[in-house]
Amino acid sequence: MSIDLSKFVETYLDETGERLEFIEAQLLSIDTADALDAETVNAIFRAAHSIKGGAGTFGFTAVSDFTHLVETLLDEIRAGQREFSAEIVDLLLESKDVIAGMIRAARDGGVFDADTVAHVREELERLVGGSHEETAGAQAADGEDAQAAAWRIRFAPYPHLMEFGNDPLRMFEVLSEMGDLEVEADVSGLPSLDELNAREMHTRWTLTLRADVEHNEIAELFEWVEDDCDLSIERAEEVEDESRHIEEVEDEPTKASAPAETPTAAGRSTGGRSAASSGSIRVSIDKIDSLINIAGELVITQSMLDQTSTDMEEHGVDLLEKLRDGLAQLERNTRELQEGVMRIRMVPISFAFNRVPRLVHDLSAKFGKQIDLGINGEQTELDKTVMEKLGDPLVHLVRNAIDHGIETPEERLAAGKPAVGTIELSAFHEGGKIVVEIKDDGAGLNTEAIVAKARAAGVLTDSDSVTDAQAGELIFHPGLSTASEVSDVSGRGVGMDVVRRNINSLGGSVTVDSKRGQGTTFTIRLPLTLAILDGQLVQVGEQVYVVPLLSIVESLQPRDEFIKSLSGSRGIYKLRDEYIPVIRVHEVFDVDHECEELTEGLLVVVENGKQRAGLFVDDLLGQQQVVIKSLEENFKRVEGVSGATILGDGTVALILDIGGLMRLGRNQARANIATANTAATA
Amino acid sequence: MTIATYDNALDEPAAEAAVTEQYLTFVLDGEEYGVDILRVREIKGWQKTTPIPNTPEYLKGVINMRGTIVPIIDLRERFGLEKVEYGPTTVVIVLKVISGERDRTMGIVVDAVSDTYQISADQVQPAPEFGGAISVEFLRGLATVDEQMIILLDIDHLLNSGELKVMERAAQSVAEE
Repeated sequence: MSIDLSKFVETYLDETGERLEFIEAQLLSIDTADALDAETVNAIFRAAHSIKGGAGTFGFTAVSDFTHLVETLLDEIRAGQREFSAEIVDLLLESKDVIAGMIRAARDGGVFDADTVAHVREELERLVGGSHEETAGAQAADGEDAQAAAWRIRFAPYPHLMEFGNDPLRMFEVLSEMGDLEVEADVSGLPSLDELNAREMHTRWTLTLRADVEHNEIAELFEWVEDDCDLSIERAEEVEDESRHIEEVEDEPTKASAPAETPTAAGRSTGGRSAASSGSIRVSIDKIDSLINIAGELVITQSMLDQTSTDMEEHGVDLLEKLRDGLAQLERNTRELQEGVMRIRMVPISFAFNRVPRLVHDLSAKFGKQIDLGINGEQTELDKTVMEKLGDPLVHLVRNAIDHGIETPEERLAAGKPAVGTIELSAFHEGGKIVVEIKDDGAGLNTEAIVAKARAAGVLTDSDSVTDAQAGELIFHPGLSTASEVSDVSGRGVGMDVVRRNINSLGGSVTVDSKRGQGTTFTIRLPLTLAILDGQLVQVGEQVYVVPLLSIVESLQPRDEFIKSLSGSRGIYKLRDEYIPVIRVHEVFDVDHECEELTEGLLVVVENGKQRAGLFVDDLLGQQQVVIKSLEENFKRVEGVSGATILGDGTVALILDIGGLMRLGRNQARANIATANTAATA
Repeated sequence: MTIATYDNALDEPAAEAAVTEQYLTFVLDGEEYGVDILRVREIKGWQKTTPIPNTPEYLKGVINMRGTIVPIIDLRERFGLEKVEYGPTTVVIVLKVISGERDRTMGIVVDAVSDTYQISADQVQPAPEFGGAISVEFLRGLATVDEQMIILLDIDHLLNSGELKVMERAAQSVAEE
């Protein structure tokens, strides 16, 4: 028999993560000034209770012990014995961090920082403190609620038990449906392997059932086996002691494979192994149902085509149209199936936004600023991978907005603004991209300071004149930080360039728009998914490359009068009233090509952030959706290439990375000039 | 039968297998080379590759192997041997390469596949420090089978060296700036 708990551990850890997020969100939503909403406290209490219960079941005693304290504190608040204060909210938030840390440690098989635990624990105990004794007493008296009743069942079947069609496994399954069941098997009575008769029962069990049930409900279950076993059912006094007892037992070596694994052992081994797991995703039933439907359609289409091909042998060509119909249907189903599968990976952006309220709460207190946080469009969906990678840049931008953007209440009042600043996060879809805006109504970028700093750092020369928009771009330059003083939150000068690079590496862009004294808006644009991409196929010599459609502005046939020379090389194209550099793809990639002169080929105008360039290629082929494959998996990152895809004929085509290509183009131009100079001097 | 004797019975063939290893051998410029057969994922004919820009000449490009992008390395060029036209016997041996903490799949182009041999550890002797085109660090040693010398390659070392080395992504991006 085995109630294999190990496979549930992962689910428990995932759920605990979600419950902790929930607790945090609820705590942050509490406005201590208002009358306390009883339902909120109850909701927090229930979440904490579930965490504790699960932790006990899976043998994470540190988690259950700690959460028990939190629960006690919450219970006192719930019972009206204690006022909710900002101090308590902060302490509960810290406690949530500790539990989250313990859960992380359990997942990775490590141990969470003991000092932090001890510190928060002390705080909690101090609060629960003097009244602790009586609360515990009150709990025992009134409360099946906080601590479900526990039953200890000793069950020692006689060897012939199974001959009468009784199966302990089934009985334990019924018990486990009543509540949390802990099973401890005593296999000391097992004979050696050569004497073992598989039809005889030699194992004895001690079961601990935490459930709100009556004695007779349990006794009923054992009614049929009463005469074939030694049985005792009694209330367990000390549940904590019991779990410790189980741990001791588990250390005894068991030579033969025991019919029942102790739950604690199973839980722990999985906790260690799961460190390598790649994370899970929760999917709504609707999404899966639609996939099942499409898969069904696919089977029907397939059989239809099969039938047509059989008919074709007999009737010949007039069935061609039918075959074409079938193929068209197959194509549609395949595409729908692909879209459906992609949808499974889509999650609401709220998972990334959820980190922000806490950040605002902590940092606004730290900097003595008052901030109102608004969140819009948190249900906007995007690929889980994109969302995970969005988290850090988002946190960074919000930190910046709090640290540099929003002024102190005094400064705001002096500037004629309300004392409370606002930060607004919005997410929405726009033409196949997801757009995330981080908007504050703070001081705006100090363009003079940025320009001065850039001049000092040698990024700009004194003679360069700079527009406000260009000054905004400067904050993404590596090595420039706008903070006049370095704080531990931001302002180490390694911020914004990393943000931009991270977002660019996802195929997205980040721009800034700022008005002095009125505020700053950062806009992040990202593709909805990293798995597929709308691409324009281009030809250079024999090679086919994929240009992401999102970065293409337009494609045109260059006209001679607009091709300009700079330092002797014909590398500039006049596009209406803008001069853009030309990148000859064959040159930077060193491959064969057909067209030597710009006028023979085509120019694909591409955009990366606010930079534009013209890619010179031989020809444009079709546009299609391509599945992105990693080059790094078996090789490594290649400059100018973001990945690869497989074309309809089975060959590999490289996907161009526009940012990288622009860098390659610049280096190439420099190299060309250097060669020209050497030639001239020689 | 007791459990103890059962265990012993299992142990004996395992102990024997530990000293001999099976090698797949192939021919390159008239010499016979061997790779651990457990690393061989597939042997296939030469097919056109998609070149990767700005990589060494010996990296012939990438191919699609059932949806995975696999880089192909010409072993002659990697060792600085004379280049030859690819012919009907030219084969690509697709190998599992251990690169630090992960596995990579890579293909090597060789002249022809030769044979498989059981080679025991005492048949292998260290390669001399000089006398070959190949740096001794890429060799596991030399073995003799039927009077024939077989050069045993350390593919993990060979296919993680030079330009094929896996680089830390962050470090590389910083270097670009």
